[in-house]
Amino acid sequence: MGKKKMTPSQKRQAIWGWLFITPTMLGLIILNFYPAVNTVYQAFCKTGDFGKGNVFVGFKNFQSVLTSGETWQSLWNTVKYAIIEVPLGIVIALVLAVLLQKKLAGKTIFRTLFFLPMVCAPAAVAMVWKWLYNQQFGLLNNLLNTDIAWISDPDIAWISVGIIGVWSIIGYNMVLFIAGLQEIPKDYYEAAEIDGASGLNQFFNITVPLLSPTTFFIVQTRIIGALTVFDLMFMVMDKTNLALNKTQSIVYLFYTYAFTNSNRGYGAAIVVVLVVFIMIVTFILQKLEKKLVFYN
Amino acid sequence: MDSMSKRYAVNKFFTYIVLIVMAVIMLVPFVWMILTALKTNQEAISVNPFYILPHNGWHWSNFATVWKSYNFITLYKNTILFILFRVICACLTATMAGYAFGRLEFPGKKLMFSLVLIQMMIPSQIFIIPQYLMVSKLHLLNTTAGLVFPGLVTAFGTYLLKTSYQGLPKDLEEAAAIDGCNIGQTFLFIMLPLTRSAMISLGIFTALFAFKDLMWPMIVCSSAETTSLSAGLAKMQGQYGNDYPAMMASAVLAIVPMIVIYIIFQKQFVEGIATSGGKL
Repeated sequence: MGKKKMTPSQKRQAIWGWLFITPTMLGLIILNFYPAVNTVYQAFCKTGDFGKGNVFVGFKNFQSVLTSGETWQSLWNTVKYAIIEVPLGIVIALVLAVLLQKKLAGKTIFRTLFFLPMVCAPAAVAMVWKWLYNQQFGLLNNLLNTDIAWISDPDIAWISVGIIGVWSIIGYNMVLFIAGLQEIPKDYYEAAEIDGASGLNQFFNITVPLLSPTTFFIVQTRIIGALTVFDLMFMVMDKTNLALNKTQSIVYLFYTYAFTNSNRGYGAAIVVVLVVFIMIVTFILQKLEKKLVFYN
Repeated sequence: MDSMSKRYAVNKFFTYIVLIVMAVIMLVPFVWMILTALKTNQEAISVNPFYILPHNGWHWSNFATVWKSYNFITLYKNTILFILFRVICACLTATMAGYAFGRLEFPGKKLMFSLVLIQMMIPSQIFIIPQYLMVSKLHLLNTTAGLVFPGLVTAFGTYLLKTSYQGLPKDLEEAAAIDGCNIGQTFLFIMLPLTRSAMISLGIFTALFAFKDLMWPMIVCSSAETTSLSAGLAKMQGQYGNDYPAMMASAVLAIVPMIVIYIIFQKQFVEGIATSGGKL
């Protein structure tokens, strides 16, 4: 800190500034930064039995986590879920957002409807879908005249859960796209119209590049969101479900170890692996941003 | 009809087809949830014949039954308090910090703000075990305070409000100073009212997040008397999962209040999500 004396105005600002940020900063340190460090520490400990303290065990937890097939299977399941949810959720939302840019009757009704899943508790949404997917009594099998084990066949269940994810997220992505589309100046389209460019042509040459910052933002938030999926999985996949191993996400696995089995050291190690994984993905995305995103 | 307007008409036709098909896909789960909620369990699990509509009258009483047997009054009360305290805490702390970061100069500001940004980048799952242990040590398991605990402050809200305060005109403080306001008064009476829309965005975002959250309420409030609607549903499904009309009636009861609020304040919801763009 410089030895220069502060003017009275600077001094006032310093006092008020620190006064105003203190609650938030204290909160962040106690509720977030200390817990983050503590989780990493616990990952190196064996969870003590009732009342007894944690015992430092070095890399033992990481060793078991990283050599367990279950961990890698869950990571792979999570990636598979993301491969369905992220692209489908984004492409469908983009199409809807573009269509809703036109002058149409009932535009607001459509928008309201598509956004509806966003204000519903995922727990309720998952319950309904589980019932739709019910093999014996569900609407889907009875309507399509099929006998598909939507959520208990290991080869299908991950797709079924992914579809719920897509259905839930379309409205959110769409609203962000609509906001992004409104920022594109109308004259670009008018000029293209005069040159006789078709609608599809305009979409790929004007909309896609000028919308790329919005698209990138959505891709990034959705990838991270999909990699930490929990609610849908937890509600749809019972502990007794035959497809559980081939479907459960890494956060579900974390929840099971840390809270159902109370093996916090092992759970902490899982979550540290997840965070490292997400950091790597974020880093790659940042690199890609410079190449793919077009900023005016 | 010339070719231009013909192309336009065809275009419009296909637009409507796509929108209507999507609308039906979005609606089917909701319609099926309500229809199932109005059946007897026997009808719900009848396959041959398969009933789309309730067959023996519409059993509105299913709602009353689950309302009582699953103690929805308590679940609503818990959820409302949970949301209310989260929103108050988030708005209060974030508006103060946002103002300081956006409008004041003080030593250490850059470092402190980088902590805010770092928090936003860390996946929240890494906080959960120690947060749970703290709540447990403070004897706040199965209390509203325990539910609210991780949401006492918000890095995302601080960032959102900071941006909002930064966007306000420069000469506001000077004018206030001439009128003899100190920094606290300037903040409270002049600046704060101007960030109303950002505050509403943060409030809606916080409320939705709390309403939808499942893992935290399940961990800290395991008893049915103290938990939130989301976690309550998870509990019901675990215990009575095979009574399909009851499950669907519960799901309807859990989501209807938020849907009604959303339809009334639609503009604020959509704008709030679009401008905040937070991760839900």
